[in-house]
Amino acid sequence: MMKVFERLGSSALLQFNEIGRMGIFLFYSFLSIVRPPYKPGPVIKQMYVIGSKSVFVILFTGVFTGMVLGLQGYHTLSKVGAEGVLGSFVSLGLIRELGPVLSALMVTGRAGSAMCAEIGIMRISEQIDALDCMAIDPHKYVIAPKFIAGIISMPLLTAIFDVMGIFGGYLVGVKLLGGNEGSFFTSMYNNVGAEDIYMGLMKPLCFGVLIIWISSAKGFYVHMTKGGGFGAEGVSGVTTSAVVLSSVAILLFDFFLTSILI
Amino acid sequence: MKPAIELKDVHKSYGTQHVLRGVNLSIPEGKTTIIVGGSGQGKSQIIKHSLGLIRPDSGTVKVFDKDINAINKKQLKEVRTHFGVLFQNSALFDSMTVYDNVALPLRERTKFAEEKISDIVHEKLEMMDVVGSDDKYPAQISGGMKKRVGLARAIVLDPKIIFFDEPTTGLDVEKSNEIYRAFFRTQAQLQYTAVIVSHDVPKIFKLADYVSLLFDGVMQGCITPEEFQLSENPAIKSFVRETMGELYSSEVEGLL
Ligand SMILES: Nc1ncnc2c1ncn2[C@@H]1O[C@H](COP(=O)(O)OP(=O)(O)O)[C@@H](O)[C@H]1O
Ligand SMILES: [Mg+2]
Repeated sequence: MMKVFERLGSSALLQFNEIGRMGIFLFYSFLSIVRPPYKPGPVIKQMYVIGSKSVFVILFTGVFTGMVLGLQGYHTLSKVGAEGVLGSFVSLGLIRELGPVLSALMVTGRAGSAMCAEIGIMRISEQIDALDCMAIDPHKYVIAPKFIAGIISMPLLTAIFDVMGIFGGYLVGVKLLGGNEGSFFTSMYNNVGAEDIYMGLMKPLCFGVLIIWISSAKGFYVHMTKGGGFGAEGVSGVTTSAVVLSSVAILLFDFFLTSILI
Repeated sequence: MKPAIELKDVHKSYGTQHVLRGVNLSIPEGKTTIIVGGSGQGKSQIIKHSLGLIRPDSGTVKVFDKDINAINKKQLKEVRTHFGVLFQNSALFDSMTVYDNVALPLRERTKFAEEKISDIVHEKLEMMDVVGSDDKYPAQISGGMKKRVGLARAIVLDPKIIFFDEPTTGLDVEKSNEIYRAFFRTQAQLQYTAVIVSHDVPKIFKLADYVSLLFDGVMQGCITPEEFQLSENPAIKSFVRETMGELYSSEVEGLL
């Protein structure tokens, strides 16, 4: 019986430990972002890695999400004879919800996993220690550019996703199923307001921080991971858990953000 | 003379393995101290404790009279600006070229123009006999070359204390002699404090001011090479006999 409590206690302590570590990590990362010197080079490079390289996948998923929304929306709305508001249905769904969440999930899979593995390998091959010993702050040098790039890239990628999605919805709803082109756009203009755009930009901003935070912290602390954290297997383990945790966190936060912003 | 680094009663365990069992060590300033000892005895651990990368279970580590586990992050960074470190596995940045690896400390820590950086980098790389590999990545060069690039990176900012963890292990005799010569030249020039972990006994004794043996988790003396070779300490005695080649003397062979 004691054993059970002991085990519960120690695993609870480990969890708290990890949460504390992640918090400190975030704190130092933001500190190193605001502290000079500011070098644009590494940030631009990371924007290329996180942002530009994700564009194709975002274009692709955006169009198809919009198309399926158009398809589903048209069929549902036509049942109540409201296919005229398809434009606002598609655009609001994308801007407020699907654009931010799906882009964030795509970026997690593409850039978050890569980032976690990269930092994890730097850790286990002592490159992070080497930076420390050269009096180069790894938070400043490795992590901060990723955070800045993530915060800038996420809203932009989401915007691309939204535009592509609306285009996809238009393709299916108007061109394929023969809905009215005028009412598609009029309903969109009339119903999408500033607060929708605001929500549609706040969400990716938060998701960007969340993805970079979880992915880089998981890699950064690979050596402290419970029951392992050694070598290639250790890195693959934290990469998997970074992707899972990021994805879950995105969906959880999406609910909370929505309930705050709505 | 004041020690540059001082370890006092440092203990460190991993699980049930008690690696360091009360290490006392003073590294004198401006001198070369060699740490010898068998594989897995914890030599690298001593270096990592001195760098402030590992916190001892008990005991203190002082660098320039500052307890590096009691000072804040900023002060620790200040202390580390005087360090030049070669890790046992070189720890080169594997997605950067050789040139960028050596240039990194200069780019991040100084405001030198790129031409000046290029001059310094090439000077240090030449000193370590790495020429014409500027654009290669660490994965594309040999193990010995990695060590030499690591050495070039360690000395690129003219540090006050250098830590070399097995700088010549895995190098052929000629290359390791070359490294020792380069080390000797720069040490004479820059007067830095050096802590070197090495297996190159007895060759390394020529460079050493002091030698210390890590055995059983404790430092056995920090004495001059001459004293070391004549020491009556049983651990040192057996180490000297094993490494200095009495193995082939008739006395030992008779026993085999
Ligand atoms: N992170 C670690 N976890 C568990 N044991 C470790 C760890 N780091 C080092 N050790 C143990 O400490 C001992 C000393 O290691 P090290 O300092 O690398 O030896 P060496 O004298 O060969 O440099 C080894 O026996 C190793 O098993
Ligand atoms: Mg070692």
